[in-house]
Amino acid sequence: MTEKRLEYPFEKEKLKDLKAGDSVLITGTIYTARDEAHRRIVEMIRRGEELPFEIKDAIIYYAGPAPAKPGQVIGPVGPTTSYRMDPYAPVLLDLGLSGMIGKGPRSREVKDAVVRNGAVYFAAIGGAAALIARSVVSAETIAFEDLGAEAVRRLQVKDFPATVVIDPEGNDQYYLGRNEYLNKKRE
Amino acid sequence: MREVHVNQITEAVAKLSVETNLFLREDVCRRIAQCREEEDWPVAGEILGKIEDNIRIAREEFVPMCQDTGMACVFLEVGQDVHLTGGSLEDAVNEGVRKGYTEGYLRKAVVADPIRRGNTGDNTPAHIHTEIVPGDRVKVIVAPKGFGSENMSRIRMFPPSAGAEGVKDFIVRCVDEAGANPCPPVVVGVGIGGTFDRAALMAKQALLVPLEEPHPDEYYAAMEEELLERINELGIGPQGLGGRTTALAVKIKTFPTHMAGMPVAVNINCHVSRHGEVIL
Ligand code: SF4
Repeated sequence: MTEKRLEYPFEKEKLKDLKAGDSVLITGTIYTARDEAHRRIVEMIRRGEELPFEIKDAIIYYAGPAPAKPGQVIGPVGPTTSYRMDPYAPVLLDLGLSGMIGKGPRSREVKDAVVRNGAVYFAAIGGAAALIARSVVSAETIAFEDLGAEAVRRLQVKDFPATVVIDPEGNDQYYLGRNEYLNKKRE
Repeated sequence: MREVHVNQITEAVAKLSVETNLFLREDVCRRIAQCREEEDWPVAGEILGKIEDNIRIAREEFVPMCQDTGMACVFLEVGQDVHLTGGSLEDAVNEGVRKGYTEGYLRKAVVADPIRRGNTGDNTPAHIHTEIVPGDRVKVIVAPKGFGSENMSRIRMFPPSAGAEGVKDFIVRCVDEAGANPCPPVVVGVGIGGTFDRAALMAKQALLVPLEEPHPDEYYAAMEEELLERINELGIGPQGLGGRTTALAVKIKTFPTHMAGMPVAVNINCHVSRHGEVIL
């Protein structure tokens, strides 16, 4: 399979040729945030406070790693299920967020916000956390340290493997891939 | 009376917590490899290959396969001729979880209160289920359970008129609606009968059965096969991106029930299907 490359900075312009189903290798700075971090960030936005990182053009990875062993950059770090972040994602997308990496389908509202803003939703392989950790070059906790695994981390990744699930035009690979397979079988 | 010191239970739980998270059981590995060979969709085959790479990396580097090292589900079968000494059984199990999850660099996922949250910091308490059985041994089973798949589980109290078809449709629909969320390929644990709580417990215990071991009753063995076939015709595929391998296995447990009811519970597990046991 041919893989496309996506390199930091992740301006919207670069997302234009990504199509649902594409395999992508992501290189550069991404941020981890999951349930409680999202709740807090959206709360901070409402209160007009300064955020832990610039949302515009950022990629957020829905993940909370296992602890690193001594000498490791990070512990295993695979995606968590994305729908739990659905209530918060449109707010971030409207602030210019470029991408989200997770697993599983998204709500209508998130899809609309992806299309409206020309963003992308990627999936990483759920459960392949040890494999994915190999693409993390460095990791640093930058906010909400009290949350442990749920804290916000800045990751430098190199060739992080992901698949485009929702592209800027709103095509959804969970729907397309399954139908393509079923149609092929019916032939 | 045979005496067993609870420290042995602590040690067993600690060891199993770590081992189950680092090393995937042979039956699951074999089944994933078989599914990869039988997969008729290239993308799906590639994903299964990467899942196998991940299993190998975890084994070689002594790290957990998945960052979600789960809530520790501990099943104890205590022989009625055993006298447990040295302290509380529950404390001993939780001490094992604390030790395993802390010393083994596993992720601590447990929050102290379901609504008010707040991480307990050491993955305790465990979910413990104890049975008293004949004999003078203690069997300790640890099954770390990830919640991506746990959240996709369902229970329904059917009227008897729903029949086998109603039960089967419900199970297939449950996997269908879960889609990509529980990290397919999944293992589907089913509990049919008993009471509301018994059905859910059996669904989880069904996940402890070796994948290659069919239900002892031919009727349910055939149902397991039929369900697996139907689920693998849904087209969800590995990670929900299309393909044949949506489930690795369907495992059923049953129990007599009331004449007015037919409870059915479905507990979904992911491909990182973890459990291990020690007999003391
Ligand atoms: S569902 Fe399983 S494989 Fe997926 S993230 Fe949770 S524990 Fe890991």
